[in-house]
Amino acid sequence: MFAAKPVNLRNQQVEGLFRLLFGIMMVVLIVPVLMIIVMLVYKGGPAFSWNFLFTFPTDGMTAGGVFPALLGTIWLVVVSLLASVPLGVAAAIYLSEYAQQEHWLTRVINLATINLAGVPSIVHALFGLGAFVLFLKFGTSILAASLTLAVMTLPVVIVASWESLQAVPRAFREACWNMGATRWQTIRQVVLPNALTGILTGIILQVSRAAGETAPIMFTGAVFFLPFLPAGVFDQTMALALHLYTISTQVPNVPESLPFGVALLLVGMVLIMNSTAIMFRMYLRGKKKW
Amino acid sequence: MVNFALQAKEDQHPDGSAAPGSDAPVQLAVNKLEIRYGGMVALSGVSLDIRQNEIFGIIGPANSGKTSFLNAINRMDMMRSNMTVTGDIHFNGVDIRQWRNVYALRRQIGVVFPLPVGLPMTIYDNVALAPRLSGKNLSRQALDDLVERCLRRAALWDEVKDRLNSLGSLLSGGQQQRLTIARALSQEPKMLMLDEFSIAVDPVTTMRIEDVLKELRQEMTIILVTNLVQQAQRLAHRTAFFLNGECVEIGETEALFSGQVKDSRTQDYIEGKFG
Repeated sequence: MFAAKPVNLRNQQVEGLFRLLFGIMMVVLIVPVLMIIVMLVYKGGPAFSWNFLFTFPTDGMTAGGVFPALLGTIWLVVVSLLASVPLGVAAAIYLSEYAQQEHWLTRVINLATINLAGVPSIVHALFGLGAFVLFLKFGTSILAASLTLAVMTLPVVIVASWESLQAVPRAFREACWNMGATRWQTIRQVVLPNALTGILTGIILQVSRAAGETAPIMFTGAVFFLPFLPAGVFDQTMALALHLYTISTQVPNVPESLPFGVALLLVGMVLIMNSTAIMFRMYLRGKKKW
Repeated sequence: MVNFALQAKEDQHPDGSAAPGSDAPVQLAVNKLEIRYGGMVALSGVSLDIRQNEIFGIIGPANSGKTSFLNAINRMDMMRSNMTVTGDIHFNGVDIRQWRNVYALRRQIGVVFPLPVGLPMTIYDNVALAPRLSGKNLSRQALDDLVERCLRRAALWDEVKDRLNSLGSLLSGGQQQRLTIARALSQEPKMLMLDEFSIAVDPVTTMRIEDVLKELRQEMTIILVTNLVQQAQRLAHRTAFFLNGECVEIGETEALFSGQVKDSRTQDYIEGKFG
């Protein structure tokens, strides 16, 4: 009575086949990531030391540490965030809360923002060179490089913030408006507190992207080598990503462990920041209020 | 609990006070109201007066323009780019478009939605939100008193008095709906508009809320949009029947339900032949 009919057997076979197929795809995806990390730790691990993190490069960048590059990357990320976060979140609030959602202009702007996120970083680099270095006369400096990074990350900050704002149920807004709240009161009291998780996650993910980019900073503020640390935003700086490029391709006789060490540091920073973002998101999700 | 239903059948208004007569002062005067969304007409040609301290029922199937009617009164057309309202609405004798401060108008009119909206903040903050938004700087004590009073009037106080600091959005559906009513009351409104409040609420809670409304109407005017014909019969002094964006009929509830209707569609709807 419960014997499988041929059609059932066939369905089971197909089910098994697809299960296997998707499983293989997952392995194909995971293996390179694991191999990269294992390789980096194996080859770059020996280079890691207190001195590696906190001293200057020596002997024509074939020995010594990466301190100025590490500090430079932190400079670039922090300054670019200071520019992109307030601008991006404000723009997202306008697009999500004030602009007429059905208006053609709003749609065009939304579409443009999403497309802007897909512009190659080298194009942003050239834009930064023209706009910040030459036109605004910031010169090649941390400021120009950070603003270029900010322009590059801005669309993604806007889209991530917009999406988290839109995820707050419309009923909350209606309830507030009907109580006699202004739009800003509604945003301040109800919408923003509930959208904060998503906005922060979006921002942290952008930090890791900004930290890893080479092209946008190459023409606008980062240099191969500096014998001193930057003192302000109008100075040039070294940066980890560019340093890695330099010692892997431009400098002869670099011991193998050095570029791997830099790569490990860069990937480690990104991994730590991303996991922090994910953990933070999980923590706030646990406190999710509706 | 069964008593609620029986009681309601025996006596429409257990509070004992008489319904406001036709000479009662008008709370809300609507004249030739038309509401459109883009090119689509949601409601047209509605003229009616709602008297102070009456419970005014609005019945009708979905897409009749009932909710749009409430939205127009609260000037929600300002928040929606495609909603246009023509005709006049006078609240307390003043054209609602003449109110310079639309936020003050909205504070005088409390709204309860079909699905309970417990805002994701504590129970206390839910009720204290409106007074805080209005810029009245109430002392902690005054605010505490107001919160307690509103929760008591919404018949929720006994259930939540020990956990005012827990999240309002985690209450059950019926509790959240009473929380919504408490929140609407915290505005100290002159008029309360309920939009199918019982849609997501169990029958027992529905009866409790109906009792609350009978009490409240002594202090304020109530517009009760409802999908339950019997609910209008139990509560409303007068009832309007909306159908497909048209106000088909307005009459004393008792008269409508005893067959004195001018339009056969009203009769059919009340008898459940459609809708």
